[in-house]
Amino acid sequence: MNMTGKVMSLKPALMENHMQNRIDDLFREKDKNILSVYFTAGYPNLGDTATIIRLLEENGADLIEVGMPFSDPTADGPTIQASSDQALKNGMTLEILFEQLSDIRSHVKIPLVLMGYINPVLQYGVEKFCRQCSRTGIDGIILPDLPPDEFSLNYQEVFKANNLHNIYLITPQTPDSRILEIDRLSTGFIYMVSSSSTTGAGKKVSDFSREYFSRVKNLKLQHPQVIGFGISDRETFENACQYAHGAIIGSAFVKALQQPDPLEVIISRFVAGITGTEDREG
Amino acid sequence: MSINLYKMQYTVDERGYYGEFGGAWIPEMMYTNINELKHRYLEIMEEESFRKEFDELMKDYVGRPSPLYYARRLSEKYGSHIYLKREDLNHTGSHKLNNTIGQILLALKLGKTRIIAETGAGQHGLATATVCALKGLKCVVYMGALDVKRQDPNVRKMKMLGAEVIPVHSGNKTLKDATNEAMRDWISHPEDTHYIIGSVVGPHPYPDMVARFQSVISAEMKKQLAEKTGSELPKRVLACVGGGSNAAGAFYHYLDHPEVELIGVEAAGLGVDTKETAATLAVGSPGVLHAARTILMQNHDGQVTEPYSISAGLDYPGIGPLHAHLFKTGRARYLNATDEETLRAVLLLTQLEGIIPALESAHALAALEKISLQPNEISVICLSGRGDKDMQTYLDYFGY
Repeated sequence: MNMTGKVMSLKPALMENHMQNRIDDLFREKDKNILSVYFTAGYPNLGDTATIIRLLEENGADLIEVGMPFSDPTADGPTIQASSDQALKNGMTLEILFEQLSDIRSHVKIPLVLMGYINPVLQYGVEKFCRQCSRTGIDGIILPDLPPDEFSLNYQEVFKANNLHNIYLITPQTPDSRILEIDRLSTGFIYMVSSSSTTGAGKKVSDFSREYFSRVKNLKLQHPQVIGFGISDRETFENACQYAHGAIIGSAFVKALQQPDPLEVIISRFVAGITGTEDREG
Repeated sequence: MSINLYKMQYTVDERGYYGEFGGAWIPEMMYTNINELKHRYLEIMEEESFRKEFDELMKDYVGRPSPLYYARRLSEKYGSHIYLKREDLNHTGSHKLNNTIGQILLALKLGKTRIIAETGAGQHGLATATVCALKGLKCVVYMGALDVKRQDPNVRKMKMLGAEVIPVHSGNKTLKDATNEAMRDWISHPEDTHYIIGSVVGPHPYPDMVARFQSVISAEMKKQLAEKTGSELPKRVLACVGGGSNAAGAFYHYLDHPEVELIGVEAAGLGVDTKETAATLAVGSPGVLHAARTILMQNHDGQVTEPYSISAGLDYPGIGPLHAHLFKTGRARYLNATDEETLRAVLLLTQLEGIIPALESAHALAALEKISLQPNEISVICLSGRGDKDMQTYLDYFGY
């Protein structure tokens, strides 16, 4: 990086040799109101991972972020911290996660993204991890503590070889010049962190900086943007979707999974609460 | 003299690496603050006004230079010459104030109005609360709930100084968890807040910045040794290592003198062959913890494991990237001492020299039992802190 903080020396992600990726397909087919849902793998029970993915798709989620639990999730608020702790107590590991997902593409068609922290991926082996993702049918990776310079220097090639999109975050503090640089380095979509917070801070979108959203919109980025952090219900989802191609719900969904009802009931109720038309009509 | 600014063999490169260790593995939410710090810390440290105030505070507020004391009876016991670098005599009772003075001045130059810190033993929290009182800034200290219990006097002092102490209930409720929570606070308050990290850990530029502020320890050691012995170079320097800030400071000006043996002493807890240990280099492996590539204690799945030590200040599953590099290259040697060996060393120093050391510092003293000391050699031990905060532990254990 140079003194202005731009990532100048890094090569842009090559756009040629473009293999098909479900994330690109999704954004080509749908350019607004994309609902992305995050949950922590292995939570509430170790064996729930594939079931939750299947139910989310059935109920209308467009994209799913599967959280890889980590002992020290410094970018996450209390809800996702607690779900990670519980998932680890349940025995979740990357090894087990790939086993649970080994058959997922026989019945799930929407894009799947793995989200977590770099250390477990390093211990698993980055190359082996990418190969496993590709074999499993994972389309993208979000590792907040893998910054653009480290990624470009060491991992860009292996991600590309396995047709995996690396999703970057931008925040209200990210300068325009860096947003443009991140857009250049990105593949898939850009994860727009809504406000200065860890996940699940629960501020309303109406309180968010509209200035930031409009600023990003005016940059006319080449990659679609999805807003995350603090999206918890229909109101915040719809608000966020006015400024971006879609929004990500994480903590609110993880919280919903704590309800005593069967997963079928919880997930159908939750997704309908965000996108369903019946409430509005009724 | 007090802040080292020249390039040495063991200085970080422009990406913040010591060899393969270091870097800034930060989430984007921390980018703007870390980037600003990275581009401004050296420039600010070189400013005349900064240096002048830093030097004045070091002298008149911290009480520097700290004495280099020839420990006669301890030397007799080991049949070798032993000097103690008396960081325990600093204001607030440890080396931690060297760093917080530097960082509070830096924070003011950056226009920050709110300070956060993590603390284990409470010494860094206390040093941070102290400089915040000195400069009139708001101070929030994150401390593991277990440490809040075992270091009660420091908690009360921090509160009296006007700091808010927030007990952290996640994980093992110790230093690692306090650090996680401080990072989350910074992510949520990027505009007005500066995070004063207390050790040579975290993302670049913290390890280098904190090492430079602490390097005053070895700068003084050199001068004092030259006056007392005719040579500024001892045979060896010993210091305890958790994250490793007092060791970084005590080693700093000797790194480019390969003839000086550098020994870091980690906390073995109940023993490195048990699960109850905090001796990171003895049991750890490379990975990323708290935004730096370093050596850490982890399981095969890359989950950070919980450390254990009687000493809250060393109860940390990582180590600063400088130490990981010194370990890997063999420039420094790392030993460890168990809780029991440490407590014996506490009593020994207390009764031979009339100095009650902190539990952390006593780990370095305990290592004297583990190395061969020759009659004409000079060893310097960094006595990083005093034992006031540990009195309850000592009274319970020794039964006085």
